[in-house]
Amino acid sequence: MGKFFEKFPDPLARLIVVFLALFAVGVIVVVVLIPKPMKAVEMQWADAVKREQGRPIKYAGFHACAECHDKLYEMKKKGYHRDLSCETCHGPAKAHTEDPDKTKPVTPVERTFCPQCHAYNPSRPRGFPQINPVAHNPLKPCASCHNPHDPKPPTTPKECSACHGEIARMKAVSHHVQLECTTCHEAPQQHKVSPRAIKPTKPQTREFCGKCHAKDAKDKLAKNAPKIDLAEHGEKYVCWQCHYPHSPEVEQ
Amino acid sequence: MNDRRSFLRGFLSVLLSGGAIGGILKILPSKADAREAPPKGQKWYGFGVSVDKCIGCARCMESCKNENNVPREPFFFRTWVERYITRKNGATTVKAIEPNSESLPETASDKSILRSFFVPKLCNQCASPACVQVCPVGATFQTKDGVVLVNEKTCIGCRYCIQACPYGARYLHPVTRTADKCTFCYHRISRGLLPACVEVCPTQARVFGDLNAAASPMSRFLRMNKIHVLKPGLNTEPKVYYANLDGEVR
Repeated sequence: MGKFFEKFPDPLARLIVVFLALFAVGVIVVVVLIPKPMKAVEMQWADAVKREQGRPIKYAGFHACAECHDKLYEMKKKGYHRDLSCETCHGPAKAHTEDPDKTKPVTPVERTFCPQCHAYNPSRPRGFPQINPVAHNPLKPCASCHNPHDPKPPTTPKECSACHGEIARMKAVSHHVQLECTTCHEAPQQHKVSPRAIKPTKPQTREFCGKCHAKDAKDKLAKNAPKIDLAEHGEKYVCWQCHYPHSPEVEQ
Repeated sequence: MNDRRSFLRGFLSVLLSGGAIGGILKILPSKADAREAPPKGQKWYGFGVSVDKCIGCARCMESCKNENNVPREPFFFRTWVERYITRKNGATTVKAIEPNSESLPETASDKSILRSFFVPKLCNQCASPACVQVCPVGATFQTKDGVVLVNEKTCIGCRYCIQACPYGARYLHPVTRTADKCTFCYHRISRGLLPACVEVCPTQARVFGDLNAAASPMSRFLRMNKIHVLKPGLNTEPKVYYANLDGEVR
């Protein structure tokens, strides 16, 4: 045995020592320096899953809305919008549930919002309520006629449209859509029995239209109605001699 | 003579027992049994889409972008809605709809349209996903509940998975420069909430749930409808199930 070590060449021994040292460094790098997650792909995945699960939520879900807005929720539950989540229209509301005073969810009032679902599109399923947003009562926000929390399908005014259907349809897409026929016409009961003998009344004075359209008009319904100065604007005529009341147009 | 017979007998028995041991210990890896049967009691998420209910309102696209910080540019989507228009001459055009685009309202006057409909699309969360197979660094993986996720810390943005996905469901996130895709809103579903697109869908065209739960809207959806998946021939076993799907849809 002693003879073996005596015969062993010195340079080779040094070389072996160098190689052993390199090997040890390698082992240290692999075992100690490289972090465990870099070696085990399962650990990376578990990490990624944890990170994914920890991401913040933006949409709270409709249960969260119902906790405070229970009256609206109950109303919505019975209407045609019952399957809609609140956040479908009002946008992400998780921040609102955490601090109700600080952040408010949006309330879409623009006329472009509802047509995103309800504008006519031939690709939409048949029977889904659709309108032509250009012709359908222009310039009014949808919510001024339809309660978005309990929308109703369109109904025909029964009293007059049975005979005056054309006028009713025209009025339905005009600015005067919200006005009942009886706002302007007084129809005596007899008119329904003998329509030609007993005629409904027509507004006879300019002051009648002025109730909404005069400069100092106080009628709440006509807050946004175009206003004119009754003293200056076409004083010789009754309004409906120039403006057709069932589909009024104002040209500038 | 006797020697040779005994040798053959011994040799054969060794062969047979070797095969038996191989069968028991599963020396040979079999890929088939890896994903096919999710264990009972384990969640295995699936997604349902009723094509005949979709109105193409793009609420889902909007909510997905809000929830998942998807870039606002119109060409990055985790979920999107395609509009199919088949004309009477047989030609079919497919176009992804753009949310919030104010186009002219359409009329029913186009008589050349035979049929047209919307098809919502998203990551199919395949049971045997091509994207997981091809990822060179193991950044794309499948969770135990069957959701395919991307580990953005290890993803190197090589786009191999984007190429491999037969459904075009992936994109390269322009900020992180990593692959991004629908995660079924993994952060929401692991807290018991619905994915954002399912939450806001106004017509319930989208259904989500555990495929292992017998009583859930998802299982009911599968029971009550004729179910199709996209590109079934590729054997990726998608877990996004379509009801009332037109044969034209690819």
